Formats: sequence, C-alpha cells, structure tokens
Amino acid sequence: MTASFDVVVVGAGPGGMAAATVAAEAGCRVCLLDDNAGPGGQIWRGFCTETARKFPHGSSFARWAQRLERSGCQAWQGWHAIDQPGAGLLRLERAGEHRDVGYGSLIVATGARERFLPFPGWTLPGVMGTGGLQALVKSGLNARGKRVVVAGSGPLLLAVGAGLASAGARVEGIYEQAPLARLAGFGLTLLGQPGKLLEGARYRLKTLRSAYRTGSWVVGAEGRGHVEHVTLTDGSSDWTVECDWLGCGFHLVPDLELPRLLGCRIAGGLVAVDGMQQSSVPGVACVGELTGIGGLDKALVEGQIAGFAAAGRRAEALALEPRRKRLQQFAERLERAFSLREELRKLATAETLICRCEDVAFAALEGCAGWRQARLYTRCGMGACQGRVCGAATEFLFGWENATARPPVFPAAVSTLAAGSAEETMHR
Amino acid sequence: MSEGCSITVNGKPVRVAAGTSVAAALMNCGEPCRFSVSGGARGPLCGMGICMECRAMVDGIPHRRTCQLICAAGMEVVTG
Repeated sequence: MTASFDVVVVGAGPGGMAAATVAAEAGCRVCLLDDNAGPGGQIWRGFCTETARKFPHGSSFARWAQRLERSGCQAWQGWHAIDQPGAGLLRLERAGEHRDVGYGSLIVATGARERFLPFPGWTLPGVMGTGGLQALVKSGLNARGKRVVVAGSGPLLLAVGAGLASAGARVEGIYEQAPLARLAGFGLTLLGQPGKLLEGARYRLKTLRSAYRTGSWVVGAEGRGHVEHVTLTDGSSDWTVECDWLGCGFHLVPDLELPRLLGCRIAGGLVAVDGMQQSSVPGVACVGELTGIGGLDKALVEGQIAGFAAAGRRAEALALEPRRKRLQQFAERLERAFSLREELRKLATAETLICRCEDVAFAALEGCAGWRQARLYTRCGMGACQGRVCGAATEFLFGWENATARPPVFPAAVSTLAAGSAEETMHR
Repeated sequence: MSEGCSITVNGKPVRVAAGTSVAAALMNCGEPCRFSVSGGARGPLCGMGICMECRAMVDGIPHRRTCQLICAAGMEVVTG
C-alpha cells in the first residue's frame, strides 16, 4: 500500500524539522522521514541521551522537537529513501522491509557528510571523522579518560573538541589545516554576528587545556590493530602525539545522491535553488547543507522557507529572505576560510587505500583518466558506500567529478528492488 | 531515563546504557565491526550512516549500519 501526503520531507535534521513543522502547522498533511532512530540530524543527534546534552545546541532542539510533535506531522524514523519508482513517489527501506510514499511537494534536507582525505593509517580502527567521533560519543561511546586528537578543517573542530572535553575525554590537541591569517580574516567578518564569535570563544574556553594549532595537519596514523599515535606537521617540522582516538575530517560536503537521482540541477557542487528553495525539478525543494554548507541557522531558515512555500504561504516565506541571504553569504565565507591546502593532496602514498569498501590503493588510481574509468578498472567507488567517501577524496586528489547517482542510492535488499511500483501492483 | 539493557556481541553478554548505538557498544568493548575485502580490521568512520564501515550482522540481518541502530534488549550482534 502507498501512503500519500501533501508534503514529504526527507531528512529530520534542523532543515527538515523546520520545513515539516511549518508546513504541518499551515494545515498540510506532512510526512517527515529519516534514516536515524530519532529526529535531530547530526547536529542535534540523540538529545534524548545523557551524553548528548553535554554538547552544544541542545536547547534549540528541544524547542523545535516540541513544535514538530504538536504540528500533526507524521515522523517515520529509520527509513532510507532509496529510489523514485514513479513520478511523485519515493521508495523507502528499513531493515529489509520496504514501502512507497507519494507526495505533492517534496522537500529534500539530506544534509552533509564529512570530507575524508586519505593518509597512511586512516583505515585503522580508532581513526574516525571529527563529526563521526562526536556522533559516536553522543550515542554512547564512552569518552571518559580517552586521549583524543582532533584534526582536519572546519568550524566543527572546536565544537567537537569542546564536546569531547565535556564528555570526559583528554583532548590532546586540535589541529586546523587552514592558516591563521585566513582564519583571522574570517573572524573579522563575524564582527557583525557576535553570536558566532561568542560560540567559538566558548568552545575554546572549554578546551583551554588542549593545544590549538592552525596551519597544521595529520600526515599519518600508526598503531597495531588500532591507532596508537598520530604524526602531525606544520609544513616545516613534524611531531607525534599519542592517542586512543583520532577524529579527522575536512569540513563538509553535501549529500547530493537523492537530489541527483531526482534530476535536480547541481552547480558548483551544490543544488541550484531559487528564492523559495525550489530546485530545477518542479515540486522538489532542497534546503540546508545541500544548497551551501552553512550550518544550523541557515538550515532552519531555508527549511521554514520551503515549508511555507509548499503550504502556499508565500508572504511568510518571503519575509525570511533577508536572513536567508545573510546566512548564504556566511556559508560562502566559511567555504573560503576553510579551503584545503595543496599539501593535503600529497598525504596518500602508493599503498594508501583510497576506496575503503573495495580496498583500492592510490597507486591503482594514478593512471586512471577519471571516475568512470576508475570504477570500471579498479572497482573504486563500487562498494557499499557507493563512492560517498572516496568520491569526495578523488575529486580533491585527482579533480574527478562524480556526477552520477543510480538507484538504489543506499544499499537495499533484493526484495525491495524487485518489488514493482504501487501502480503496477494495482494494475496486475 | 531507562536503565539500559543487555545485548550479546559474538555470543558474549554486554551491558549498555540506554540510547547507546550498536556501533558505540562495539567500540566500547573493543571489537572491530568488520574485516575489509583484503582482511583489514575496520571500525566506525563517519558515525552517521554513510561510510558503511560499521556494518555487522544484527539479529540475523547482515550488513546493518550499526551506527544508526540503537541497542535493544536481547539484540544479537555478530561482527566480522
């Protein structure tokens, strides 16, 4: 059976929650679906657990979660959207069972993932993303007494360092690849947004016992069966830090698989949208990180705009336009401030695995002309993550564009793939 | 807040706090989640359901993304 809604929202992070809430409050029948166990997305992840409350942003989650619950929106948790079996229809899967959901308007709020760059030792257990480590600690990984190195790039590093310190970890150091001069310039642009500066200052206060160094990055992780120490550099000298965990991620990249599958136009690595968040595909809006990595506030504003637009409340959507513009400019400044340095292209050695699903080493990829050839010849990007990790890495390392999305956009059971569309079933 | 529950990891009983993901539970007991196609031990990387490194068999269903799965009483997790 296929359930149908006026509005279906994919992704229950801040953008999706805001979109679903305002559309449902305006009287639409709304379904909000998400592949995690509860709403909140990664930034608000798991605020029902004790540890997660020690991380920033908990209070704004509580407000939106309460509004969402009262809005009358149906929330389906644990479901992955894997395919579009027909017009205005999505196929979902959860633990091997499947269902289709129909929509009048679709709002895609699938968010972002970390950009991972390969370096020797990055496949060792205990080496995680920066946000990955935070997500795991929020969901019950015991950080008490653990020695942690946080590295990579982006505003997430300080936030995660602060959260880990509050959760009882010993943060041995926070290492940002961007040079100090560029970050200072970025800081100056925030003078008009003192809230953001204060937020950064609060995180730094929580991590005062830890080294914070800009212009430095991880060159390798070593250990027997698990990370034991990491080697860092500032370009002129190297040093080693012992640790139990390394959290290393290089800012964020949007999760474009579903927008691509739906046929949304992508420009400059982001979904192209108009002032009402509408993509090039009629009836499909995209919000939050998909349209520019800007974080919580941008996602909330864009989500509300798309929700109002789906409900025909154009005036209320238009009223948010000035805030939207400011936050999009903030996203552009973030992108420039944390752009990646050239040296990071040289971290992988010939033996370093680039594709972790199929264990394809750097040396096997060097001679390939592009993403497609690499897939055909080496199986790079053909494994379970479908290129979600190595795609962003090879784009940075080799300049390859990974512009395809084929169904299913997440691995699915054969029974899900073999099921006909709802219409076919009815006509049979 | 509830008291947590017990699951089994490769047949051994493990006590977990309420709200703990299976991936976090596996890390807490020092177990890698899977072995790669060339035999390398792997643990969670992204923590948010995209990298597939935390796959394990849960209650007989293979390839579950354990970082997106919350522990429930009696759950049987098999790694490797």
